[in-house]
Amino acid sequence: MPKPQKSASDSLLLQADVLVLGGGPSAAWAAVAAAEASAKVVLADKGYLGTSGATAPSNTGTWCVPPGDNRHAVVERRWQRTGDLADPRWMLRCVDTAYRNLLRLSEWGYPFPSEDDGRLYIANLRGPDYMRFMRRRVLLAGVTVLDHHPALELLSDGDAIVGAAGVARQIGQDWRVDANAVVLATGGCAFRERILGATGLTGDGYLMAAEAGASLSGMEFTGKYTLAPYGSSLNKGLPFRWASFHREDGSPIVGPTGEPLRNGIGDREEEVARALIDGPVYARLDQAEPALQGWLRQGQPNCFVPYDRAGIDPFSELFRITLRAEGTVRGTGGIDIVSDDCATGVPGLYVAGDAASREIMTGAVSGGGAVNSSWALASGWWAGKGASTHAKRRTGKAFRTEVQSLGQAGLRPASSPRVDISAGEVIEAVRSEVTPLDKNFFRTGEGLEKSGERLESVWRDVRDHLQGDGLDRVRTREAASIAAAGRWSVAAALHRTESRGMHRRTDLPGKSPAFAHRLVITGVDAFRIAGAPERLAELAS
Amino acid sequence: MIEIVSATRCVECDICVKVCPANVFDATESGVPVIARQEDCQTCFLCEIYCPTDALYVAEFAEGPTGITEAQADARQLFGSYARALGWKRGKAGGSEFDPTHRIRVAQ
Ligand SMILES: Cc1cc2nc3c(=O)[nH]c(=O)nc-3n(C[C@H](O)[C@H](O)[C@H](O)COP(=O)(O)OP(=O)(O)OC[C@H]3O[C@@H](n4cnc5c(N)ncnc54)[C@H](O)[C@@H]3O)c2cc1C
Ligand code: SF4
Ligand code: SF4
Repeated sequence: MPKPQKSASDSLLLQADVLVLGGGPSAAWAAVAAAEASAKVVLADKGYLGTSGATAPSNTGTWCVPPGDNRHAVVERRWQRTGDLADPRWMLRCVDTAYRNLLRLSEWGYPFPSEDDGRLYIANLRGPDYMRFMRRRVLLAGVTVLDHHPALELLSDGDAIVGAAGVARQIGQDWRVDANAVVLATGGCAFRERILGATGLTGDGYLMAAEAGASLSGMEFTGKYTLAPYGSSLNKGLPFRWASFHREDGSPIVGPTGEPLRNGIGDREEEVARALIDGPVYARLDQAEPALQGWLRQGQPNCFVPYDRAGIDPFSELFRITLRAEGTVRGTGGIDIVSDDCATGVPGLYVAGDAASREIMTGAVSGGGAVNSSWALASGWWAGKGASTHAKRRTGKAFRTEVQSLGQAGLRPASSPRVDISAGEVIEAVRSEVTPLDKNFFRTGEGLEKSGERLESVWRDVRDHLQGDGLDRVRTREAASIAAAGRWSVAAALHRTESRGMHRRTDLPGKSPAFAHRLVITGVDAFRIAGAPERLAELAS
Repeated sequence: MIEIVSATRCVECDICVKVCPANVFDATESGVPVIARQEDCQTCFLCEIYCPTDALYVAEFAEGPTGITEAQADARQLFGSYARALGWKRGKAGGSEFDPTHRIRVAQ
């Protein structure tokens, strides 16, 4: 166990082989994997390892594909749905490692439910139970866990990433961890939408990685929205698989064939989105048989909390609904991975889970509902191993005293700080470009141009003037991260002059063969967008 | 959003202060934690299930407080209702082995 020391400036100072930033499943798996490889590991989370992140409040289905001949066929079928952007090799690796880790959970004694024949059903992980269990495993592995220790920035020695710094928000003290490798497992960016687990999901890792020189990809794929009871945080689509949908005047919402919708998820979200742009929409879960009603209630209890508390019977009464924006959480964008060990291309910096681009796994469509949680299980493992291997190679090198703090926007403004530019207003300004259905679910070149201009001006204010002190730095840094993610997302969406998956350009419907490749973004203030030509070459061969 | 810390139920263990991922509560000298940053609440209901005495109530509306009172929540037996639905008791995990989600997936 590393011993905490107080440095002269009264901040907490630790040393580790591997520092993991985040407290969701990918952080937990990265920490366990690195500790198993005998690395000294510190995990620092913005929230509390066990409750924070998108998994803990949810109930996640995994992409659980047992080994065997069928595996290739299952992967191939899923690949067909990814808008040609996913990479079957990564998909196969992922199901393999995720399956092993699901078995590991069962060996460790995680209380999985059983099927009728008595076999354990390992394809589903109930969020609160799973993440509480993972906390125990992380602690058992000897990892030092720092809860409520948001990271603000990465540290570099000029050649490699050598740690991170942040603030212990319940103590009001700065912290710094010197480490031979860092894993970013900081989750996606939900643009401050009030969805499950999203308060802390502000894309901090994207900004930190980009400042260090890493690239991003898939940032245009932020057009995923999920149904929820109006005003609630319950962005879980599953119960709406068995629902009917109605406008204010009671008329049913119809699908592409002219028949009333009886399933509101998947592609049918489009009809609901169109109706929601026109006015309020109501739903009723009236397509669920009584037995299914019972399973839904028992298996997805949080979905029913809003109804029960509002005094509504959702199976027989109409209730108002909304589509919640999900940014990159159920979108696919994130930090670009350059090798099998989840390296970012910046020496010493690794990435896992939603912080990474999931384009290689799920292309232009959402990985919510199965792929993302398996990806967290697998990428966490690889990143933890990759980081510990890198750390071992560096062991013996003394930490250089000359360490550069890489944080810019929201911490060290380029010009004079201005108090009239607040984190809250920055976030609202970004939200008004990247969350409305008529701007981001359905996109047009003209609309994106306007959003792009507004976001440029928000970004300039952030870059030049936004600054916080003490604990406020967490908020200014979150606002800067949200502004950066929104700006990248709109720029990439403008660049992709076609429609593909959740990127729906109403002015350019249909896929263009010229865009059957990923878009990679490099740079923070001045950034460039380039196609990833290796995919084109691969597809051709 | 989190709306109620019931002073009559709370045993002042400060678990909610520790586990809330959004850092919504502050511990106090006098004992019962206070809701210090309600605006940050992500309506995840997790503090409720970690509380050993079902002393917390999170209302369903995520955009702002509803104004529900302790007496109203009590009369409708809403304290601890999410923990009961999951099978968690007195802040301890339980019930995942009875999760029938696989049946839903088959029906889907
Ligand atoms: C409602 C809902 C339901 C879902 N259901 C499914 C499903 O059924 N199947 C499926 O495959 N996927 C599902 N997903 C997606 C899945 O939950 C995510 O893919 C998964 O949680 C990603 O894990 P992660 O560890 O990468 O990120 P998260 O679990 O989101 O964790 C990110 C962590 O980073 C921390 N963090 C953020 N910034 C900082 C910082 N600056 N410093 C330190 N720590 C920081 C946060 O506190 C958090 O602990 C669902 C998502 C939601 C929202
Ligand atoms: S967890 Fe419950 S009992 Fe403990 S301090 Fe919070 S409200 Fe009180
Ligand atoms: S509902 Fe979630 S975010 Fe809100 S106070 Fe409880 S634990 Fe914190």
